Amino acid sequence: MNAIWNIARKELSDGLRNRWLLAISLLFAVLAVGIAWLGAAASGQVGFTSIPATIASLASLATFLMPLIALLLAYDAIVGEDEGGTLLLLLTYPLGRGQILLGKFLGHGMILGLATLIGFGCAALAIGVLVDNVELGMLAWAFGRFMLSSTLLGWVFLAFAYVLSSAVSEKSSAAGLALGVWFLFVLVFDLALLAVLVLSQGKFNPELLPWLLLLNPTDVFRLINLSGFEAATNTVGVMALGADLPVSRALLWLCLLLWAGLGLAVAYLLFRRREI
Amino acid sequence: MNAVELHGVQQRYGKMTVIHDLNLTVGEGEVLGLFGHNGAGKTTTLKLILGLLQPSAGQLQVLGQDPHKHQVRRQLGYLPENVTFYPQLSGRETLSYFARLKGAGASQVDELLEKVGLADAAQRRVKTYSKGMRQRLGLAQALLGAPRLLLLDEPTVGLDPIATQELYLLIDRLRQQGTSIILCSHELSGVERHIDRAAILADGHLQALGDLTSLRSAADLPVRIRLAGLAAPQAWLQRWADAGLPARQLNGDWLEVSTPPAGKLALLDELLKAQPRDLEVRQPSLEDLYGFYMAKARTDSAGVNA
Repeated sequence: MNAIWNIARKELSDGLRNRWLLAISLLFAVLAVGIAWLGAAASGQVGFTSIPATIASLASLATFLMPLIALLLAYDAIVGEDEGGTLLLLLTYPLGRGQILLGKFLGHGMILGLATLIGFGCAALAIGVLVDNVELGMLAWAFGRFMLSSTLLGWVFLAFAYVLSSAVSEKSSAAGLALGVWFLFVLVFDLALLAVLVLSQGKFNPELLPWLLLLNPTDVFRLINLSGFEAATNTVGVMALGADLPVSRALLWLCLLLWAGLGLAVAYLLFRRREI
Repeated sequence: MNAVELHGVQQRYGKMTVIHDLNLTVGEGEVLGLFGHNGAGKTTTLKLILGLLQPSAGQLQVLGQDPHKHQVRRQLGYLPENVTFYPQLSGRETLSYFARLKGAGASQVDELLEKVGLADAAQRRVKTYSKGMRQRLGLAQALLGAPRLLLLDEPTVGLDPIATQELYLLIDRLRQQGTSIILCSHELSGVERHIDRAAILADGHLQALGDLTSLRSAADLPVRIRLAGLAAPQAWLQRWADAGLPARQLNGDWLEVSTPPAGKLALLDELLKAQPRDLEVRQPSLEDLYGFYMAKARTDSAGVNA
């Protein structure tokens, strides 16, 4: 446990030193405040509209950003240490490979969690203080759920980054693959799903299709954040399928956790087989 | 208990065998020099001992146990060839990090920085360090936790002559304290006086193993004697040529004659009677022995291939 914590602590202090934590927090805060106040500009309004609309916009934003940031943060976790020569040294220390991986995950996970808490937390605070007549309970609940699920989404993609990082032998290939993973889950998957829906012309079992959303952690994340609002806001694209999904919200959370666990397990298996 | 024991160890990468049937022991408080050309299997041998590689065949024990065990690794220090660290950390931060990972006390960090002469540069980022400074930081890292077994891969690369001498003195001191050391180096003449035994590897085969005396007698390399101030040098040269001893004239009035080790004392006796002004006896050096065993390895493998 001590070994895991030592590695996590180094990752966290690296994140502070190279200003990653600061940069991500600032980015989140600026974007969240911007979306809260200007999100409705397209419909001719300026100013805060409603909590559901804000959360929906923030969720779309986080769907793009969170995976990208997590992948950028962690793609070189293993292969970078290998190329730098420090992995050779670490592996001669009284540490298991699993401990190295978990330590990195804990450290990077803390960076993402803190940045989310600081960035989006500031935005929530600003809304709570500056907007009149906002339901504070609803605000806290919706933002709390959003921040927790964003962090979890980030952790899923951290785990994916470790899979890439353990599998390849060069940092540049890990970076390329990380972009590929981001494209696949954030853009290609939904388009492919829509294509299946259209091309099958109803022959595809409509019962099955919503379940396919669970295969994409970013869709699971959006489902978590879009549900629970009475006036189901502008759900577009594949998200409309989610309304048919006969699963409880707890299962969605569990699904995200499973994705993170699965990613870490695969990363561990690959890392264990890696030759130094 | 031996610090390291390898019995019939073999290492294969795919179809290629890089270590053949290696039998090697390192006793407690012994310094073993591990020599060989690039790609002979030195680093692979170290990685096997470190537990980074699983031997394809054979048995291997380090400090009496499986090298994967954490309690073995806690008592083991390793300086890799071309050691590198995290460029953004300072020397002290780097060493503190590794000390925590090894479970070594924080007080050792400053002590070791002092010992390797980095106390003044401890606050600077490793990025700004010269090759020699990184090497010294690597050495400090290897010494964390007072290891019982120390593996040094090319420790003198990048060190200036004084730092190199200090390293050798440190090795001598550690040996006296009972630390076992495996030293890989290309600096044969430098390490010669600081090792107990030498192991010479060629193409994954152990060509020779033993202390210098036994290696010398096994190799039967000639001893060279140099003398100055002999009367009638031409007569001496003629006499040695008749006796079948290779000899030559050097600068000034120096002569050199080579003799098999067995004839050394008789020849010396004879030469001393001629009352030379000065005399040097040159035993075959580690470099000579290395050259001899490498040439032997080549003819052996040529014989096998033929």
